[in-house]
Amino acid sequence: MISLAGRDIMHAWGKFVFTGVGLGLLIGVTLSMAGIYRGMVDDAKVLLDNSGADLWVVQKDTLGPYAESSSIYDDTWRSIRGMPGVERVANITYLTMQVRQGERDVRAMVTGVTPGEAGTPGWPPYLVAGRQITRGHYEAVADIASGFKLGDRIQIRRNHYTVVGLTRRMVSSNGDPMVFIPLKDAQESQFLKDNDAILQQRRRTAENPNFNRPQVPGLLEAVIASQSTNPYVNAVLVQIKSGHNADEVAQSIRRWKRLTVYTRGQMEAILVGKLIATSARQIGMFLVILSIVSSAIVAFIIYTLTLGKIREIAVLKLIGTKNRTIAGLIMQQAIALGLIGFVVGKISATLLMAPFFPKYVLLEPLDSVFGFIAVVVICVLSSIIAIRVALKVDPAEAIGG
Amino acid sequence: MAGKGIHIEGLKKRYGSGDTAVDALKNVNMQVAPGEVVGLIGPSGSGKSTLLKALGAVIEPTAGRMILGGEVIYDNGWMVKDLRALRRDKIGFVFQAPYLIPFLNVTDNVALLPMLAGIPNAEARSRAVELFKALDVEHRAKAMPSQLSGGEQQRVAIARGLVNHPPVILADEPTAPLDSVRALAVIRILNDMARKLETAIIVVTHDEKIIPTFKRIYHIRDGVTYEEAGEGREFE
Ligand SMILES: Nc1ncnc2c1ncn2[C@@H]1O[C@H](COP(=O)(O)OP(=O)(O)OP(=O)(O)O)[C@@H](O)[C@H]1O
Ligand SMILES: [Mg+2]
Repeated sequence: MISLAGRDIMHAWGKFVFTGVGLGLLIGVTLSMAGIYRGMVDDAKVLLDNSGADLWVVQKDTLGPYAESSSIYDDTWRSIRGMPGVERVANITYLTMQVRQGERDVRAMVTGVTPGEAGTPGWPPYLVAGRQITRGHYEAVADIASGFKLGDRIQIRRNHYTVVGLTRRMVSSNGDPMVFIPLKDAQESQFLKDNDAILQQRRRTAENPNFNRPQVPGLLEAVIASQSTNPYVNAVLVQIKSGHNADEVAQSIRRWKRLTVYTRGQMEAILVGKLIATSARQIGMFLVILSIVSSAIVAFIIYTLTLGKIREIAVLKLIGTKNRTIAGLIMQQAIALGLIGFVVGKISATLLMAPFFPKYVLLEPLDSVFGFIAVVVICVLSSIIAIRVALKVDPAEAIGG
Repeated sequence: MAGKGIHIEGLKKRYGSGDTAVDALKNVNMQVAPGEVVGLIGPSGSGKSTLLKALGAVIEPTAGRMILGGEVIYDNGWMVKDLRALRRDKIGFVFQAPYLIPFLNVTDNVALLPMLAGIPNAEARSRAVELFKALDVEHRAKAMPSQLSGGEQQRVAIARGLVNHPPVILADEPTAPLDSVRALAVIRILNDMARKLETAIIVVTHDEKIIPTFKRIYHIRDGVTYEEAGEGREFE
């Protein structure tokens, strides 16, 4: 027996290729969407991995520092360092802001890290060029996605920094590249006011009779000094000594310091479950819409092709072709269309879409397998309407009136 | 005499029921011996197509008896179960238009029928090519139907009707699109094949060019058949 579906496809290959390419682009978008979600999850994991932390100590009852704002005193780390099971601790600040470089503005997550040796929690774990920050001020290490080069002068708020090192795969959960600067600078930049604001604040403080008491010399100056420093950080990163259980250490910090502590697993759950959950739902919605559009296209084209073959189908039935063979002819064509679409989609997602998308797109092989199965299932289901039409064709139609 | 060939007795067909019922066939009686080609002639609406459909096992008659190729296929309300296999094995069809499958080449259009009956591809194709020799379209065996002239297409369609060596061939206006030379050639082929393959052939026609070639003609009027001797003229 010959493959009727195959012959028909060869005969009408133009239609199949054009529809297949159109369908393929849709499938490519679908695969890329899934890849964007995977990329976001992966970015989140990399963010956590690269921070080098086992525990995140944050402001009580907040989901900080990534999902909510959190601030704790910048000396909290001292008391945590002394707790059993704690290897290393480091303050960290995160602030997403515009970083200027020449005429250009780059949105980046500015991260303030504690000066120290490499391996300090919060430091970028590896560099692709240059060196880590060694001075306490005005040096920066940037993710290459920011587009900065070694030696570039960049501006964060009112201060200028020199890019001394470049790292990679260090992005926030929004996909913004990270720029590391010394902690003190970062603390300052979070609260940095312009000169007018500073003057205004001084004046208001001086006008407040509670602070400006001539009988207590030095009070006003002390109050103003405390207002212009920022003794807060967003979180304390904790590394655990090997052999200690992260949950137990977290529990004791919670109990003794009255702070909220997250383990790696909990932090990942917050990032994936809370921070990117909305994006995930949007992407899910798009996937549903794209699947519906794809099935509508397959159903429509297969239905039209079948309507164009009604007489041939009547003749095939008259000469004794089984209904199963005719249904198979239509279903195989639908699947063939899906296969062309999938191949085009996979290629376009890999070569045309993912590399140029402004966000990290992670095309997981397993997603492709699911995508492939979904395409085949959709094609089979979409061919049902056409098959029903074909099975209703009366062989008497071939004989005519 | 229920031998091979076609044997129809008192065949009736009513479409619909009640007030709107139409008695398309009222009393049809026909005998066609193996190797014989008979004409079936009748005015529009007389029941020709209905009769072909009943013989072609695509509609069920209302009463009477039909024997095709020695097998009773209908007997007063009883009908063979597997009509699909019956059509495939016992009946060859030739239509007014060739109705070839556009996506199969000429050989496979014909070879498809033996393939459907389970015959291996190579053998099915050699059977088709065999017929093409007899029908003088061998040189077009690899072409697609759309590349053939009308007459060539019709000969391929005839080959398709013959390829399974059915005991019965039903031809509906097979010469309508052809000029008189080609029309007569088709009738000659049908006569040759009928003799060679012991096939009983019914040709429905209005075609004045070929009517004189039949030895026997059935007229059908208002669903009733009348037999008549034809001229049986040689067609050289
Ligand atoms: N499906 C049907 N339902 C009801 N009546 C029908 C049906 N098919 C045919 N008829 C009626 O049966 C009668 C015979 O029709 P049939 O098609 O057999 O005629 P015909 O001899 O083939 O005519 P023509 O030469 O015009 O094709 C006509 O009166 C027709 O209206
Ligand atoms: Mg008719």
